[in-house]
This record gives sequence, C-alpha cells and structure tokens, in this order.
Amino acid sequence: MSNFLLASIGRKFLMSITGLFLLMFIGVHLAINLLLIFDDSGELFNVGAHFMASNPAIKIMEPLLGLGFLIHILWSFVLEYQNWKARPVKYNKKDRGGSSTWASRNMLILGALILVFLVIHIINFFWVIKFNPHSMQTVTIGGTVMEDAYTLVADLFKASIVYDIFYVFGGVLLGIHLTHGFWSAFQTLGLNNKNWMKRLQFLAMVYAVIVAVGFSVIPLYFLIKF
Amino acid sequence: MADKILKKLNIKVWRQNRASEKGKFETYKIENVSTGSSFLEMMDILNNDLIEKGIDPIAYDHDCREGICGICSLYINGRPHGPDTEVTTCQLHMRKFKEGETIVIEPWRAAAFPVIKDLVVDRIAFEKILQAGGFVSVNTGGVPEANSIPVAYDDAEESMDAASCIGCGACVAACKNSSAMLFVSAKISHLAKLPQGKIEAKQRARNMVAKMDELGFGGCTNTGACEVECPKSISITNIARLNREYLVARISE
Repeated sequence: MSNFLLASIGRKFLMSITGLFLLMFIGVHLAINLLLIFDDSGELFNVGAHFMASNPAIKIMEPLLGLGFLIHILWSFVLEYQNWKARPVKYNKKDRGGSSTWASRNMLILGALILVFLVIHIINFFWVIKFNPHSMQTVTIGGTVMEDAYTLVADLFKASIVYDIFYVFGGVLLGIHLTHGFWSAFQTLGLNNKNWMKRLQFLAMVYAVIVAVGFSVIPLYFLIKF
Repeated sequence: MADKILKKLNIKVWRQNRASEKGKFETYKIENVSTGSSFLEMMDILNNDLIEKGIDPIAYDHDCREGICGICSLYINGRPHGPDTEVTTCQLHMRKFKEGETIVIEPWRAAAFPVIKDLVVDRIAFEKILQAGGFVSVNTGGVPEANSIPVAYDDAEESMDAASCIGCGACVAACKNSSAMLFVSAKISHLAKLPQGKIEAKQRARNMVAKMDELGFGGCTNTGACEVECPKSISITNIARLNREYLVARISE
C-alpha cells in the first residue's frame, strides 16, 4: 500500500480525498458564517460559533481538518514539482487558452494565494478564539457564558475597508479554485462518466458561485450597512 | 477556384542535430505557398529550398499523410498538430495561416519523448506502455460465431471511440504536465468496455500505470487540454474509467 501513494494515480487520489474533505468543511463553515448577516445582535452567530467550538464531534474533526489542510497544501507542491520535471525543456510558444480553462492550469497559484489568505484569516479569528480568548469580550446567552465571536468579526469588518476587500478576494479566489477542484476530485476517484461529466461540472460551478458569493457577501454586508 | 497564395511566411523552427547536442531556433523565409497545400507539403517545399541552399533539411516524422498513422507530430504555434481541431499535422492546411505570419514549430516536449533530431521525437515510451499491458486471452480454434459473445451497442461504441486512438502523443504534448493519461486511458478503455478483456483487466491497469510512471510522464490534473487537442477527440471520461480500473485493481491487491 505504501507504493500506492507513490504511483501517479495514488498521489492524485490523496489530493482528491483531502480536497473533497475540505469542500465539505467549506460548506459547513459558510453555513455558520452566514448567521452573521441574519442577526445584527450577533446572538445567532455566537450560539452557532459556541456550538461549533464545544461540540465533541467538531473537537474530533478539528485536528483531522488541520491534517487535511496540511496534506492538501504540502502534497500539491510535491505533485507540481513532479509534473514540472516531466517536461525538462519548455515550449517557446504556447497557446492553451482554447483548450483548457485558466483555473485548471493554475490550481497551484490559486491554492498558494488562498494559503496566504488562510494564514491571515487564521491570525484574525481562529488564533484569537482558540489561544487568546481572554482578549475577547464575553456574552451570556441563555445562561451560558461564551466568547463574543460576533464582535470580533464585526469589529474587523466595520473598521477596515482593506480587510473587507481582502476577504472578498479570498472568497472569490476560493470559488475559482473550486470551479475546477470540485469536479476534478470526482474525476480522479473514477466517479465520472460521459453522463456525469456535464452534471459534475455544472455542480462545480454552482458550488463555486455559492462559496464565492456567500463568503464575499459577509464583509460587504458590514461595509455597506455599518 | 484557385487557392490563394501566401506570398511570404517566416518559419521559426527547432533545429537540433542529435539527442546529445543542444538545439536552437532558426528562422527561414518561404515564399509563394498555396493555401491549398498541406502543412507537410509546405515543409517539403521549405526543405527543397534548404537543400538547394546547401542547408541540412529539417527532419520531421510523416508517413500515411491521411491522418490515421499517428506518426506526424509538430507543436505548431503553441498547439499540437497546429491551429485546427480533430486533425493531425498532415491534415492541417495552409489556409489556417495568415500572410506574413511567423509560424513557430517545435517538437513534442516531454522527458519521456526525447528529441532524436530537429522535430523528430522518440515515442517508443508508448510502445513500452502497450507492451506492459500484456495479452488478452482468447480461445484458439476455429472462427467463433460472431454473436456468441453479446456486447451492448453503447459499450461497443465507447470501446470503438477509445480504440480510435492513433498513439500520436498530442495528449502528452498538449498537457501542461506531459501526462500520458489520455493515451493510457484509451488503451485501457477499449478493452475495459468489452467482455474479452476482463480476465486480465486488473493486471493490465496496474502494469500500464506502473510503466507510465516509470517512463517519466507527469500526473493528470484534469485540465482537459488533451481531449481538445486529440486528433481523434478521445474523451477524458476514459481517464475517469482508468482511475476507477486502477483504484479497484490496487484496492483488491
């Protein structure tokens, strides 16, 4: 089994499995985040965030998620290097615009930009909530004392146009990454055929648009409303 | 109606004496090329000029010149088999080019396809993959009755579509990763869709993929460029089938 992950299809298998795992995470993450714009008192989002932080299932998933991110990111550089080695002499003139999408050819670049976003995003929120909760305000909802995650997010988005634009970019980049990543993951697992190709590519586009618009709308909401 | 004449063209072409030597681009001028001539006829006219000038003619692969043998290659203006779809280079015509244009011609570029001379590359790697695929067991004896093994119409069609691969290597040339997945998937698929190839299916998938990796082809990132540039329009759904066949073969090991 060890040499399975060294074979070309095995290497991609790992990318697609971790990719699909991250896709599911993104869906859950977006669903909770959208609570931010449906209740300006912040109660709804705080309850959601507290549930996610205290739920034992999520506690188990958290390290797995970290591992998923690490594998997906680090492995992509290994694979790209191996693919790059397969063509030692490059072409002088390339005309690839008509035969493949820009996103499909630039998944590593998109991924690297998303990684930059991810690092700053983690510093902004996750790090504070996880390792420095004392710096945050607390609220009491339904008799439970919890960190006021809503204020942490809302203050950042209300205070800085730069951060708003940065988070919109993050959402859009992720969306573009998923236009290819979503159906590509199924293709790599062999879960595709001539009927499902169009359906999966359509679903990929739908999911990508939901992710891009969903994540972008949150900072824009705070920017425009407050 | 007489074909239009392209009065002047610049041909920027890769020249390399042998595998061990370094190559470089040379630009040659060619005059009065009929738009009705094929790309390879233009190459012949150019080579004739070069020979008359005492220059070594440009080496390039060609054979049947009717789009079925798969030997002609050439990466023309950034695309394998040039700026036309579903054709090999021999079926590409000069009407696809403009007056005064500089046409850039390069060999297929891949670690697994080393340049032999000028535009000729060694595609023995494909033969090695086929060889690794091994045999298909069939009954010996008299000719079997044609309908003794039923094959569904759709399966037969998909199998034949995959079997139309001519092994030209355009998929490898088009792929940003120099991946041979479309070629291997076509060769796996035309057997996978038929009852005859079933017995050796797992072994075939394992061995062909292992050989493909060993020969230094890159991995597939599903850009789909291979399908677009394939002269026979082999579908990348075959790659999904190859992935499936291979994963099943490895899991059941």
